[in-house]
Amino acid sequence: MGEIPILKIRDCLLVSIQVDMHDRLALALQDDLTQRIVEDRARGVMIDISALEIVDSFIGRMLNNIAAMSRVLDAVTVVVGMRPAVAITLVELGLTLTGVRTALNVDRGLEMIRGIIDRDEREDDRRDG
Amino acid sequence: MSDHQNFLHGLIEKHQTQLLADWLACLTRGSASGAGAHRDDDRSEQAKRFIDQLRMGVRHGQLSDISASDWTPMRELLEDISRSQASEGISSTQTATFVFSFKEPLFELLRRNIQNDTDCLARETWSATRLLDQLGLFTIECYQRTREELIGRQQQELLELSTPVVQLWDGILALPLIGTLDSARTQIVMESLLERIVTSGAEIAIIDITGVPTVDTLVAQHLIKTISAARLMGADCILSGIRPQIAQTIVHLGLELNVISKATMADALRLALHRTRKTIVSRAAAPAQEA
Amino acid sequence: MIVETDDTMPVRTSDDVVRVRQAVRARAVAVGFSLVDQTKIITAASEIARNTVDYGGGGTARIETLRNGQRRGVRLTFADQGPGIADLKLAMTDGYTSGHGLGLGLSGAKRLVNEFDVTSAPGQGTIVTLARWK
Repeated sequence: MGEIPILKIRDCLLVSIQVDMHDRLALALQDDLTQRIVEDRARGVMIDISALEIVDSFIGRMLNNIAAMSRVLDAVTVVVGMRPAVAITLVELGLTLTGVRTALNVDRGLEMIRGIIDRDEREDDRRDG
Repeated sequence: MSDHQNFLHGLIEKHQTQLLADWLACLTRGSASGAGAHRDDDRSEQAKRFIDQLRMGVRHGQLSDISASDWTPMRELLEDISRSQASEGISSTQTATFVFSFKEPLFELLRRNIQNDTDCLARETWSATRLLDQLGLFTIECYQRTREELIGRQQQELLELSTPVVQLWDGILALPLIGTLDSARTQIVMESLLERIVTSGAEIAIIDITGVPTVDTLVAQHLIKTISAARLMGADCILSGIRPQIAQTIVHLGLELNVISKATMADALRLALHRTRKTIVSRAAAPAQEA
Repeated sequence: MIVETDDTMPVRTSDDVVRVRQAVRARAVAVGFSLVDQTKIITAASEIARNTVDYGGGGTARIETLRNGQRRGVRLTFADQGPGIADLKLAMTDGYTSGHGLGLGLSGAKRLVNEFDVTSAPGQGTIVTLARWK
């Protein structure tokens, strides 16, 4: 297991990034998450970056990778808690988080995931029905 | 050479009290009446410190370059004086005149003490005048810098005042933009909006551009940056106040704003309420009053 | 212009990248940058430092704090003896990448600072200088 704890809230996984990440940690996180999504049959992955003062293209890549990988496993990824200074810098940097939804905080993030899962289930019902 | 170096120093040291008295008399003569006792106290204090620092500065004979370390305390004193006078609104001429007026008592002192050597008198007078000129010009520089800082601060405050962010409802913010949107303004706008989004937990920000005179490519870029930043944080934006001419310009320039736009703030609010899953209902009319 | 502080540190591993960020933050705070300006210069430093490690085979980072009259600033110089950049113009365009991922590196970092300079040629290593003023 890596050094970043992964919590389970109902059918969502919550990861809180508190430390300055380096390569090993980032790779370990991606591996751990993949495993946990399958093990816990998670439908949502929430990444809390409210403690991050810097988000550079490395972290951006990591977030995009996590989103892509969880999509393959039919889970929704939401990044929450981005700081204003970080948002302003990312826009200036020109970095886009593709396939990554964002929400203001954990509460909103959970609502969003819930909303998407429910909507998808309705879609499926309609198609099958 | 060392004679010359220490001459001025020795002279000032010996006649300091007289110099001060003469100078203050000079200043009082030259200034407008009714300056008040408070001003007078300040001025004699400043004059005394000036002469002290002048004596210290010439101690090692450094008369030609006031940026040398011997003159650091004097420069600091002059900065102090300029700064406080600048913020009191006293003109830079008055501040510099304070320094230049010292020439009168100083030259008088030189004249009295160099009776028989006209060459020496000319030399000393010349180096003293050069020194005081430098010091006077330095005060003008300080003064200008202080005024510029003041103006800069006022501009900043104005900028902040003119970008208010209001909360229209739970989770709905409005940002009425007034005036042109340049890059400096955009920075401030982005920062206030984003901070407010965090503190109020807003889901939607309505950016109203009724008060923005023109929307060209640059302004559009700034708007897009602001909207992107808000979205990155998890809030969405609605643009309102799009006048017909603005709509035409946007199409004409081929600008892709990539955001929902409404003509009026009311329309934007209606949409925002809908998006945040709120409905407004009219209350039933009150029943007739019992007689 | 006066150079007030001047420190150089190695940039060879991804742990070094973290150290560079921390060192740049310390200087940016000392110079009195606003939070947003701090974030911008630290992010730019992080981008270039990673390039130095990933593509330059490791190198050094020099962090200077400057004073020009009333203005204060931070200047960073990243140097490596790596393969160098073949097509500088191409490398400076948005979206260019020589590896996987976003590859915003140079052009993105340039937008975060006031002064930006790259000197590089194949076989001659790379030197990237960035500066941000208060």
